Amino acid sequence: MTNALPLITMRNVSKFFGDFQALNNVSLDVALGERVVICGPSGSGKSTLIRCINRLEAHEAGKIVVDGITLTEDAESLEKIRGIVGMVFQQFNLFPHLTVLDNLCLGPRRVLGLSQAEAKARAMKYLERVQIPDQADKYPRQLSGGQQQRVAIARSLCMEPRILLFDEPTSALDPEMIAEVLEVMTGLASSGMTMIVVTHEMGFARRVADKMVFMDKGEIVEVGAPEDVFTAPKSKRFATFLQQIINH
Amino acid sequence: MKRILFLIPLLLLLSGCSGNWGWYVVDPTTTNGAANLRFMASGAYNTILMSLTAISISIVVGLLIALPGISQNRGWRAVNRTYVEIVRSVPILVLLLWVYYGLPQLSGITLNVFWAGVLALALSDSAFQAEIFRAGIQSISKGQYEAAQSISLNYRDTMRYIILPQAIRRILPALGNQLVYMLKMSSLVSVIGMQELTRKANELVVSEYRPLEIYTILVLEYLVLILIVSAGVRWLERRMKSGEA
Repeated sequence: MTNALPLITMRNVSKFFGDFQALNNVSLDVALGERVVICGPSGSGKSTLIRCINRLEAHEAGKIVVDGITLTEDAESLEKIRGIVGMVFQQFNLFPHLTVLDNLCLGPRRVLGLSQAEAKARAMKYLERVQIPDQADKYPRQLSGGQQQRVAIARSLCMEPRILLFDEPTSALDPEMIAEVLEVMTGLASSGMTMIVVTHEMGFARRVADKMVFMDKGEIVEVGAPEDVFTAPKSKRFATFLQQIINH
Repeated sequence: MKRILFLIPLLLLLSGCSGNWGWYVVDPTTTNGAANLRFMASGAYNTILMSLTAISISIVVGLLIALPGISQNRGWRAVNRTYVEIVRSVPILVLLLWVYYGLPQLSGITLNVFWAGVLALALSDSAFQAEIFRAGIQSISKGQYEAAQSISLNYRDTMRYIILPQAIRRILPALGNQLVYMLKMSSLVSVIGMQELTRKANELVVSEYRPLEIYTILVLEYLVLILIVSAGVRWLERRMKSGEA
């Protein structure tokens, strides 16, 4: 996998919110099929980093290339990149006025131009995959948090992306629902999906990640294989952080 | 106690006993009274038609004015502000007179009474609708836009399928208010001769000379219309809510 062309390349990416530097000269490569877990204290820029990849935030310096397309403000390149990058949010962001099925069908119908029947078949396929096909006709509010997040994952999958970004997907969930979402994500990982996951679930990271990224103050402090960084973090900051979240 | 004592002469004045009332003009059991009532009620058609036409136009125009108001672009927002501030500051009656008497001189286009009324009501209301829509749209969380972007929906589809359906549910009570307001303000169009509820009442007052009774009936006519609208809006709110219970 190391000699393959990276699917995502970030080079010296910087991003400011006013005077606050959210990303400071960040560089990262993600290969096809690679599972990257990003962790770090709050405000370290990990969410900003993945939000730059589908340009929910615009980076101000540096270069981001996704699947050979350089990310600029040009609408066409943006459309192409968003077409291959899916995203799962901390707050699910389901469309509350639409049923689960309509949440899933909207993108395939309007963006990919599928027929109603095709879109529905695809939606049901991915609802099976996240194990809630029986909730298709309900509204998001009628579901538990874990179910809502699984619907959100299915909604992303319906666009058949090549890359899935997860922005703290279990942080808004009650503890008993975290497992069901992680299980779905683990399943996705084993199917070969390229994933970048911002999370503090270290058990998940250990099981699934090919690459661990630790960020602090807008910088990537440490990158390594999970078995290495968990047993022997090179930087003091990462070691302290691991201590804190493991003993919390 | 003193206040209640003051009320007694007032009640006497208003009651039939005082002899100041002449309900016969609108007594449905007499031929003349029934004809008068029919005459008054016949204005309802124009009141309703004019109000509904005007609010339909003002909702569309209001939305079109609201959209630049939520733009990132300062120039577009200025367009929105300018329209809202100018239109909102013109009294409806003044706008009506301007449209009916002024516009023909300016443009050579003469509008009939109905369309002049509709135009004035719709223009005036559109500024308020624009503010209502802007508030409604801005109340939808950023996450909804981001979710739409993450599935590559374009701006038009995001507005049409995601933002507006949610915004409209939230602003429904305010839209109901505007329709009530519109029904009442349509009475102003009577001054340019529109044959609506108020105009009919005025005409009847001239021939019958019983303003107290006739205007009381007029008040009741508006009350009934507006109670129907309120019930309708409430029904719509319930129906839309049940969808996402």
